[in-house]
Formats: sequence, structure tokens, C-alpha cells
Amino acid sequence: MERQYDLSGVAAPALGALASAGDAATLQLERGAAKGVVVAGERTLADDDSAGCDLAVNGVTKRFGPVTALDDVSLKVRSGEFVTLLGPSGCGKTTLLRIVAGLELADHGRVAVGGADVTRIPANRRPVNTVFQNYALFPHLNVYENIAYGLRARKFPAPEVDRRVGEVLEMLHLEEMPKRRITQLSGGQKQRVALARALVNHPDVLLLDEPMSALDAKLRAEVQLELRRLQRQLGKTFILVTHDQNEAMTVSDRIFVMREARIVQSGPPAEVYDRPANRFVAEFLGTTNLINAWRTNGTVHTELGNLVPRAHPQWEKGFLSIRPEQIIVRSAKPSSNGIRAIISEVIYRGDHLDVYVQPGNLHVRGLPRAGMKPGEQIWLELPARQLEALGE
Amino acid sequence: MSRAEAAPRVRRSHWLLSTIAGATMVFLYLPLVAVAAMSVNAARFGVAWKGFSLRWYAQLLHNQVVLQAALNTLILAAVSTAISTVLGTLLAIGLERFPWPRWMRRIVDAVVYVPVVTPDIVFAVGMLLAFEAVRQAMGGLRLGLATMIVAHVTFQISFVALVVGSRLATLGRSVEEAARDLYADTWHSLRTITLPLIAPGIVAGAMLAFTLSLDDFVISFFTSGPSSVTLPLYIYGSLRRGVSPDIHALSTIVFLVTVTLVLGLQLFTRSPKEE
Amino acid sequence: MNRLLVWYGELATTRKLTTRGLALLAVPLIWIVVLLVAPLGAMVAWSVASRAATGDIEWTFSLQNFGRLAGYDAFGWTKSYLVILGTTLVISTITTVITLALAYPLSFFIAQRRPARRYLWLTLIIIPFCTNLVIRTYAWMLLLGNQMPPALLAQWLHLIGPSEALYPSTLAVYIGMVSNSLPFAVLPLYTNVEKLDWAIVEASRDLYSRPMRTFFHGILPQTLPGLVTAIVLTFIPAMGAFLIPDLLGGGKSWMLGNLIQHQFGVSRDFPFGAAVSLVLTFLTMVGLLILRRSGDEVTFL
Repeated sequence: MERQYDLSGVAAPALGALASAGDAATLQLERGAAKGVVVAGERTLADDDSAGCDLAVNGVTKRFGPVTALDDVSLKVRSGEFVTLLGPSGCGKTTLLRIVAGLELADHGRVAVGGADVTRIPANRRPVNTVFQNYALFPHLNVYENIAYGLRARKFPAPEVDRRVGEVLEMLHLEEMPKRRITQLSGGQKQRVALARALVNHPDVLLLDEPMSALDAKLRAEVQLELRRLQRQLGKTFILVTHDQNEAMTVSDRIFVMREARIVQSGPPAEVYDRPANRFVAEFLGTTNLINAWRTNGTVHTELGNLVPRAHPQWEKGFLSIRPEQIIVRSAKPSSNGIRAIISEVIYRGDHLDVYVQPGNLHVRGLPRAGMKPGEQIWLELPARQLEALGE
Repeated sequence: MSRAEAAPRVRRSHWLLSTIAGATMVFLYLPLVAVAAMSVNAARFGVAWKGFSLRWYAQLLHNQVVLQAALNTLILAAVSTAISTVLGTLLAIGLERFPWPRWMRRIVDAVVYVPVVTPDIVFAVGMLLAFEAVRQAMGGLRLGLATMIVAHVTFQISFVALVVGSRLATLGRSVEEAARDLYADTWHSLRTITLPLIAPGIVAGAMLAFTLSLDDFVISFFTSGPSSVTLPLYIYGSLRRGVSPDIHALSTIVFLVTVTLVLGLQLFTRSPKEE
Repeated sequence: MNRLLVWYGELATTRKLTTRGLALLAVPLIWIVVLLVAPLGAMVAWSVASRAATGDIEWTFSLQNFGRLAGYDAFGWTKSYLVILGTTLVISTITTVITLALAYPLSFFIAQRRPARRYLWLTLIIIPFCTNLVIRTYAWMLLLGNQMPPALLAQWLHLIGPSEALYPSTLAVYIGMVSNSLPFAVLPLYTNVEKLDWAIVEASRDLYSRPMRTFFHGILPQTLPGLVTAIVLTFIPAMGAFLIPDLLGGGKSWMLGNLIQHQFGVSRDFPFGAAVSLVLTFLTMVGLLILRRSGDEVTFL
């Protein structure tokens, strides 16, 4: 497997081992290691079968003054995987990405790319590249020079620079505009240049820091699919930071949901959606019905009556959660978890109906059908295998 | 009256406003126009119009004292600008690009502002005292072009530092971080990203320094010596001795050079490069 | 404390960054401190020293230099220096008032132009200001001379005697001072007026209907920060004027600047000169404090 960087000079301590060596000594090592640099491969980006590398973050903590941005965060990303760090603003997801990029230094913990410890490797010697939130394109350079920047910084020979830049220009449909000034580009074009500027370096891991937040909704949807396609085609490891749950669902193999400096849940989109770990995740991903609940011995009580959740809860007081589309409307009383309800509001959405019922102000989503009118009495079934018992 | 159509950006001005604006312009430019007019008046004495002539301009070319003064002025402005642009840029980068504790930042800020806020005359006296102290301590220091250059640099540094500093501040971190992310080391990032991006600021700072040097009289007056007469000092001296018409020609030339400089400065600071 | 950190993408130790930063700052900072801050400090020492009859400086603490400025000397109280201080304050105040009276409407006029034209107007106002002060002042000496139209008009109106000139005179000093400080006042006022919320103006026009009240309630409060800035930026340089009273006043209306120049020049009374300089600097600082409290941001050029 070809490595872009020769990091072998760096002693890679076992993951999790804290940095005990003196800073100066560590830096010294890195300086020696950097001389190895760059093997310019003849293969193209698309069939670069070295593909991505795996990433391991172990016990990373980061404080900014009194604020804890990351609290003992660990995660593993497999080679060629597309993962998303999802969470509300201020949850530490961007800080985590910047620590992986080398633009922020963790107070504790380790980061390894492809098995090599990069914790004390400066950003300019890490085999990762970043697509920044505001793109951070160089306004005084044209599109071509922006993309070529990373190759030129590593003193690639001119023909190789030209070949690689041409390749990504084509891949991202930018063939028409290598000579354009950055200021003449639209938001979408800027975003593609930023992507090209990172990908041209064949990074082991590509980091994307909310790269679509500046695009309008329609374009964003297109770019998400494009990004997904690109990642499949290249087989690279992509790590995307976003606060948009739709985006996370669309592109990711796996989602890491973050909240207040910690990772609260990780898994494939369907798993995180269907089996949220707690109330926060259930509410953050999509919409859900939350029902206050309390437990006595083997029975779960709610103000809608006793209900049977998928798994028996450990808490005394908590919530039951069910997605609107998982509630089933019945004409007769179901065998279990049935609720007698009155329709309070019906909203026609074209492809589906949003129905709100009392008691509990439950939100039910279903196919348009006759007889759903405000004031109607209906039976609802909250199927046990989709009714999750959640803590706060 | 509808509120919705209130606040048009361009409004017709009241006649009183237009009159005041016009009068102010006349007030600002009339004396300069008078000087320009006199500079092409053939009359040797008095201000009566004796026909168009460029003889005073021609005469300037043969006036060794004026030519020397012009040369001194340019040397003073050019050398002091060169030194202050380098030092001011170092100061701005040194202040903006390092994780200084707040007290350090405050002290440096305060020092930078001292030359800006000190009244000209006090500044001049301060420089004079500094040179006097050096002379007494080491001897041999004579007031002249060198002391004037030092004095000019002292106030120019701050203005350059302020202009370059504000440019650096607007630059933000992200482009330099992007350069790092793209394998640039400190020197490469400075050379290919930071310096090109603050170049307009450096040029603007240098032009401001140059203009300030040309504009100065008081500080030059106090720190000059007999051998280092500049144009403003020459004109001031000749006002004492009695004015000859070539002063008009000289003033007009200086004015035109200033106009060119100011327009150049405007062109640079409002460069369309910024977004 | 030597700590590792990432700064602008660079992984470095605080010691390395501090060393590099100090290396950048050293020369310019030492330059300013040695040549300006130190002498200004020395001035404080000088101002409380005194000059012996021999002309040497005696380093005994006394406030007599400040006393002299207030009019007290060995022979009792005279008004001589107080007159200079008073003249300085009066000329600076009246200059400020006249300048604002011109600059205020002018800034409205400019703000009402089309954007491209605004820059033209501002440039037109800046250009004379960037021309050397000696030339500008001489230009007024020429224009106010006894054979030029303004003086001829004044002679014809019998405001001045036949074949007299309009300078040297206090009037000439005012004219010179006002033309010198106009750009200082126009720039901050314009910056302020440009941001003016016309909806508020329209609202108060609906409310009050009378133009004066509209002005006082709708416009003036909004332009107050710019006004304060303009006042300070006009008043402070006016206080330190030296060349204009020297040339256009013909020695009749001395200001503090002339007094300072005299002490460090002809009189060679450094302690008294230092005291006057300190008073001038003090007044300037007070003005700047007012500016920092309530003024507006101004950008020059």
C-alpha cells in the first residue's frame, strides 16, 4: 500500500498512551520525519487503490478556557467509510475535526491515521486535507493555482501538477474555469474548487467542515448526492461535520451524534434513527413523539395508559418515543398498545398526511385516506417493536 | 406620506446645502488656484496680470537651492517611507500574529498610538530632546537629513502599522490555516499567502507614510540642519526673506504631485480586489 | 511557561512564538520608545526642574513652570502667558464652531450624492489637506494680500484702510485654521450621516412637522457620535497649531505652539517649554478620552 507520507520516523506509541515525551523532543522527531515526504504516484485519483485510511481518535479532551469543547472523546473510522459528526452548534464537532486536521491541539488524547500516530504532527505534514466551512479559498490566486497549491507546496514537478489538477478539474466539472478568479465564482463553484483543492492531494482522510452550509436548499441536495457518489467512486475516508440531520442521513455510512462535548451515539443512519440512545438523539434526528412515562415493577405507565415498549426500561421516570410514521391507525381496538384518540388537526402534504390527535397531542404520519377529519374518533396502535424507552 | 418609500439613498439637496458645499469647495481651492494663476503670471513684482508665462517654472530648473531642496524632500520621503514601511509591517505582524497576553497587547497598542496622538509641536520637541541627549552622550550628532529621516520614520511607523494591522485583522485565520492544511510550512505560507494578501495594505501604508512625510513641516522644522533644507522649509524660509514668483511655480508643482499621490492612494485602498 | 499549541495552523511552542514575535516587534518598538516615549518622559522631569540664572538646568523639584504659565512669576502675577493660553482656547473653540457649521451641512450634501460621486467629493476635500501646510498657508497669504480681490473688497467697504492687506490678522488666522481642519470634521460626520436611519427622520417629520423639531429629534441625536468625533478631531489639532498663527497672525495672536517653539528656540528655556508641552499634551489626552467614551469610529483615507 502506497503512503503519501513517510511517517515511519515517528514513533507511534500505542493508542491511548498519553504524551509524556517532552514537546521539544517530539517536534525534533517530526522534523526528521518530514524529510521523507511524497512519492508522486503515476496512478490517478480514481483508481488510487490505496483508498482511504482508517482514523482513530482516542480519549481526546479539549478545553478553551472555562469551556470544555471535547470531553474524553474516542471514535474509530474504518478505511473508506463516510462518517458524519452530527450535532447542534457548540457541541464540539468542528473542534474534533480541527484536531484531526492538526489545526487545534488536543489537551489529552491521541489521533492516529492509518495506524500512525499524528497527535504531534503539524497540520502541514498530516495526510489529511480539509474543505473549510467558508471554503477559505485564496482570493489572490485563480482556480487552477488554488487547486495546485498543495502540490506546489510539496514541490511536485510541473507536469505532475498539471496532470493531477486536470484530473480533479474534470472530476468536479470545473474544466471551463481554471483561469477564473475566485471572486467570479458562484457559491456552488467555490465549494467545488474547495473540494478539488483538497482531493488533488489524494488525502488518506478528507475532512469536510459544514461544506454545504452556504448553499441554498436545492443545490445542497444535489451536492449531497454528488458527494456521496464521489466518495463511493474514490473509496476514500470522508468525515463530514454538519448540524443538518437530513444531510447526515443522506451521505453517511455511519453517524456520530454529538452533544455537549461528547459522542452520545454512533451507528448507521437507520439504526440511529430507529433506535435512538436517548431523548436528545430522538428529537435531534427527525421528529418524534415523546410520551412522559414512569415505571412500577414490570409495568410502564403513561397518561395514555399502560404501554409496552420494545425493551424494558431501567429508569423510574423517562420517556417513550415513537416516530410519527410508525404509529398505525386502526379501525378497531388493537391487541396491544392501543389508544383511543380524537383527530384534532389534519394537514395535507400531498404525498402524505400529518395528523395530530388528542390526548397527548400525538403526531401521526400516514398515507392520505378517507375519513380522516378533525373530530373523528380513531384507534391508534403504537407497535411495541418501535416504541423506544428513552432516558433524558 | 408613506413610510415604505421613505429613505431613498439619493436625495435632492436643499439649495442651502448645495450653496454651502459649493462655497466650501471655493474656500478650499481658491487660494491654491490663486497660487497656480500667479505661477504663470509673467509679472515679477506684485500680482497684476502681465500675461501668461512659464518662465518661473523654467527658472526653478536653474535654481540650485530649489533643486537641492526638492532632492532632499524626495530623499527624506523615500528613505523614511522605505524604513517605516518595513518596520511598521514588522510591528503589525508582530502584534497581530502572536498569542500575546492582553497586557502585552495593551502596552504595544499604547506605544503605537503615542506618535499618532502627540501634538506635532510636542512630537517635534520630543525628537529634538532625543537628538540633544544623543549628542551629549556620544557627541558628533549634527541635525540634518539623517535626523529628519529618523524623526519622520518615528511617526510613520505607527501609521503604517495601523493600516497593515487592520488589513491583517480582516484577513482572519482561515486562509492561513488552509495553507497549512495544504502542506505549506511557515515560510511558504507567509510568502505565498499572507504577504500577497496584505500587500495592498502595505502599499497603502507606504503611500500614506510618503504623503505624511511630504506634508510635514513642523517636525522637519525642528529636526533639520542648515544643510538639509527641504521644499517646505525652503518655502517657509523664503516667506521670511520675501517671496519671488518662482515660489508660486514650486507650490503648484508640489500641489500637483500631491493630487497624483492622493488619487493613487485612493485607487489602491479602494481596489476592487476586495470582494 | 513553555506550552505546545497550534497557532494559525502552525504547531509550535509558546517560547518559539514569543521569541519570533519579540524579534519582529523589537526594532520598531525600541525605535518609538527610545526616540519618542523616553523624551516625552524626560519632558515630565524637565517640567518640574528650573533654569538657573546661568542658563543651566537645576534639578530641584518645583511647580514654578506651571505657575508661570498661570501667570505667576518672581514679580507677582501677570496675564501674559494666560493670554496665550486663553487665545489658544478661544481660537480653537471658534475654529471648531465655524468648521462644524460648514462641515455638518457639507457632509449631508455628500451623503446625498450617488455613491461614486461621494468618493469624488471626499477626495476633493482630502486633496488640499494633503498638500503641504506651508503651501496652503502661503496660498492664503497670497490671496489675502493687499492687491487681491478679497482685500480690495474690504478696502472698498472701508473695513480696512486703503492699500491694507487682510493679513496678518486674527481673521486670517481663523481662515487658515478653518480651512486646515475642515477635512478632519467632514470625514467623521460623513461616515455618520451615511449610516443615518432616514426612517427615523421621516417618523419624526410625521410627528413634529416643524423642520426645526424634526432636526432636533430625528437627525441631531443620530449624528451625535460623529459630531463628537468631529469636534475632538478639529479642536485638538487646533490647540497645537503653530505655523498658521505664526504666518497668518504675524506674531499678534500667539498660541501655545508658538510659545513652545519660542522656549525651545530663542529663549532656550527647556523646563518652561517642557511644562507648556505637557499642558498641551494633557489637553489633547483629555480630548481623546472624550472621543473614546462617546465618539464614533473614523476611517481616514
